[in-house]
Amino acid sequence: MSFELIIFYFFSAIMVAAALRMITAKNPVYSILSLVLVFFTSSAIWLLLEAEFLAITLVLVYVGAVMVLFLFVVMMLNINIAQMREGFVRFMPVAIVVSLIMIAELVLVVVSKELSFERESNFVSEMGNTHALGQILYTDYLLPFETAAVILLVAIVAAIVLTLRHRVQTQSQNPAEQVKVKAKDRMRIVSLPSEDEKKY
Amino acid sequence: MITITHFLVLGAILFSLAVAGIFMNRKNLIVLLMSIELMLLAVNMNFIAFSYYLNDLAGQVFVFFILTVAAAEAAIGLAILVVVFRNRGTINVQDLDEMKG
Repeated sequence: MSFELIIFYFFSAIMVAAALRMITAKNPVYSILSLVLVFFTSSAIWLLLEAEFLAITLVLVYVGAVMVLFLFVVMMLNINIAQMREGFVRFMPVAIVVSLIMIAELVLVVVSKELSFERESNFVSEMGNTHALGQILYTDYLLPFETAAVILLVAIVAAIVLTLRHRVQTQSQNPAEQVKVKAKDRMRIVSLPSEDEKKY
Repeated sequence: MITITHFLVLGAILFSLAVAGIFMNRKNLIVLLMSIELMLLAVNMNFIAFSYYLNDLAGQVFVFFILTVAAAEAAIGLAILVVVFRNRGTINVQDLDEMKG
């Protein structure tokens, strides 16, 4: 058993255990933390496949941003855990049967035909994974790359617009209104007869 | 010797676990979203394994885009979740029957 194989089995065992914990945990916070563990171990397995850039991206983007967002939402919402667990046991046999059938089918498909790709020359690793990925991303995949940027922009705008709410009670300034204001909106000039003439 | 079959089987197991998670946590919208993330991770694992064994970087570029879209999806999904909770006071899937579907 080679060293790579030992590393692979070590991390994939942790990964499958954490995935099982994720789908069975009572408290959503624990399932989020288990999913973080899944992401960390899969990043280690991607390092084994010489995908260094994507491995570090997975840790930075997923663990650092997306899962923290999940954690934030779970802690912000007041969730009734007992109500959430309804039907968990009832659907457990169906879930086990379906997933076992799926695993069997997929494994049979994978194993049936001998997939023996021999890695020949690794011209990529001479240059470095990140360098090679950057080179291909900014030349061949420039348009998809820009589309991805637009998708992220749309996601930012959508997330802000969806969660924005105007509270009536809170005091806030509207800069547009402040700029638009004219002198006559604030001050009224009235002409009154002079008092001096009447008295004296 | 570590072969591509190892990685493909690992991806298959992860994907099936995610499907089981969707079946079991039908009431919990947050765990449903997380199961979808797990599915995408399983698919990414296959892409990277093929990219490594076929010596083709296109697979990794595809994983890059999947990660981007999945991050956007999670952000919008959670925003919708927050709005639903604010309006209805619950995120139980059973209670979201406004449209009588």
